[in-house]
Amino acid sequence: MAATKTIEVALSTTGLTADGKPMRVPLGAEGLMSAPPGIEPELQGEHMLINIGPQHPATHGVLRLVLELDGETVVRCIPHVGYLHCGFEKIGEYRQYNQIIPWTDREDYLNSMGNNCAYVLGAERLFGIEITERCKVLRVIAMELSRIISHLVWLGTTCIDIGAFTPFLWSFQERENVYKLLEGWTGARLTTSGTRVGGMIADVPDGWVEGLRGFLDRFPKTLDQVDRMLTKNAIWVGRTVGLGVMSPEEALNYGLSGPMLRASGVAYDVRKDFPYLDYETYDFDVPVGTNGDVYDRFLVRQEELRQSVRILEQALKRLPDGPVNVDDPRIILPPKHKATSEMESMIHHFKLVMEGPRPPIGETYVPIESPKGEKGYYFVSDGTAKPVRWRIRPPSYVNLSAIPKMVEGHLLSDVIAINASIDIVMGEIDR
Amino acid sequence: MSEHLTQDHAAPAFAIVYPGQPGDAPATPKQVPHKGGAVNPSVAALRAKFGPVIGRHDVVWNETTVFVQRDKVAEVCAWLQSDPAQSYEYLSDVTAVEYRDAVRPIEVVWHLRSIKFRRFLRLKTELPKDGKTPLEVPSVWGVWKGADWLERECYDMFGIKFTGHPDLRRILMWEQYKEGFPLRKDFPMRGRFSRSEQLKNALSANPEARYSMEELSIADAFEDLPHDMRKRIGGGERTGE
Repeated sequence: MAATKTIEVALSTTGLTADGKPMRVPLGAEGLMSAPPGIEPELQGEHMLINIGPQHPATHGVLRLVLELDGETVVRCIPHVGYLHCGFEKIGEYRQYNQIIPWTDREDYLNSMGNNCAYVLGAERLFGIEITERCKVLRVIAMELSRIISHLVWLGTTCIDIGAFTPFLWSFQERENVYKLLEGWTGARLTTSGTRVGGMIADVPDGWVEGLRGFLDRFPKTLDQVDRMLTKNAIWVGRTVGLGVMSPEEALNYGLSGPMLRASGVAYDVRKDFPYLDYETYDFDVPVGTNGDVYDRFLVRQEELRQSVRILEQALKRLPDGPVNVDDPRIILPPKHKATSEMESMIHHFKLVMEGPRPPIGETYVPIESPKGEKGYYFVSDGTAKPVRWRIRPPSYVNLSAIPKMVEGHLLSDVIAINASIDIVMGEIDR
Repeated sequence: MSEHLTQDHAAPAFAIVYPGQPGDAPATPKQVPHKGGAVNPSVAALRAKFGPVIGRHDVVWNETTVFVQRDKVAEVCAWLQSDPAQSYEYLSDVTAVEYRDAVRPIEVVWHLRSIKFRRFLRLKTELPKDGKTPLEVPSVWGVWKGADWLERECYDMFGIKFTGHPDLRRILMWEQYKEGFPLRKDFPMRGRFSRSEQLKNALSANPEARYSMEELSIADAFEDLPHDMRKRIGGGERTGE
């Protein structure tokens, strides 16, 4: 059994009313569901159509929601997506395996390093490559750093949506520190393209590990600040408790994954259940909620940030020396100084770049635990240098498809909180 | 809504579902063989239950693929989900594959996952490109609600109809998109229409008509629109997205 930790939802008296019930702001919301007696019948049942987005700061991108309202209560929600559709999967069919990596940056752009690693994990399975030990640990570091970035952006933007401004500044400041680290490693902040099939673009530079260690020392203090500011805050609790509830059975049936699924009480984490990159040898807990509402999703993500710090600390401790790339000339380019000075290396370089490495005929689907949920790349190869089919399994697309179910019966202002709790990235949804 | 609001948040509402079986210790797969890995035990169970409906199976890179007769997919999936010895509670993905081959059939792919037994199974069905077989498979929306948008996307990109899906519309492309199905191999990467045709279509679209008739009818909003807009939308003109 995977080590699993249940979050105790303990509320201080500041978040509770006198009889121990959570306090709720705005007050009086209960009364809206049933019309008070004596109200004129013609005023009941008149529904209003309201359009949110696609250009709206609270939709986290170009999401459009058409809502049917009864007063302020949502009767029905029809989401529209596709405004960012770029046809990544089509383009991938015209590219060699290494040339697709820059596209993976741009789908879930808050988790670009994580996507790079997830993509090459799938491609390496398809090529039958075993990567080096140092590369495994470096990829774990890359993936956990991108999880931290993604959760920090989620935290900041959700705070803004609900009306808290200060945690946004704290979380974006810490995110900037992670971006500085990634920039030192890959040369780019957002679009890292940090991996190659069989290894990484580069080893970490001198002093980088110390920089990461410094970040890991400071970061938990920021998390404590956010915790103190939000977890027992009456307004925060009032705006999030009881919203968008999904039971464990519903959450599984709707295909939710990641923190959305775990907040509903299903302790499913790909890192524990279908491990990759030796995640089973790291000691970390999987936070699980028991109420399946927006508040529990917040608690789960907050705890995941702490667990990521734990994983990063262990990864730094075990980071072995040795090569980053596999020793396989069919996959890995020769070093630059050889390619420009030796005939054989130059031919080798030319053939790899122009023709590209060829995997055997086959197909594979390798899932990973992205910050949004189960992300997987499905490859079908016909033995040529370009995939027949390259499919992204987008977690936030499937998570978002449950939004009509989650917002039904809630207030219009709660739609914003529920939508924020899904942690969508439109680049990944529309692809 | 009201019971959620008054529910005491300190008391757990749901029992926690733990994946796997006691004593399992899943580990990162090492030295995965290309062919000839272990077959998922669900394949034998499927054969025993459904017999000739189940076609051949392959194991590639330790992942089991089972071919299922086209019209029986929903039945097979419902059994896989509900049978306690299989327990595929989770639908990871629905997609399709078209090969670079004029005769090789299009394959529709379902990626199923059993949380309880930590198993992964790939179901496939073949749709021959002979021009006679309709591109239709039964929808599994009745089994997993998560199939809703995945099937819509598959329809949008490949033109495969999922019979029984409650709302099979285009999802990533706009509803009036006329150029076909982008992920089919006969679809050129830059689209079927020339740039000037695409520009012409975009300019002639009416940007006001952003709501579907369905959306307008649910809210009785259609009658409140100005007369000229009512006429244009009522005539079927829409830009969709």
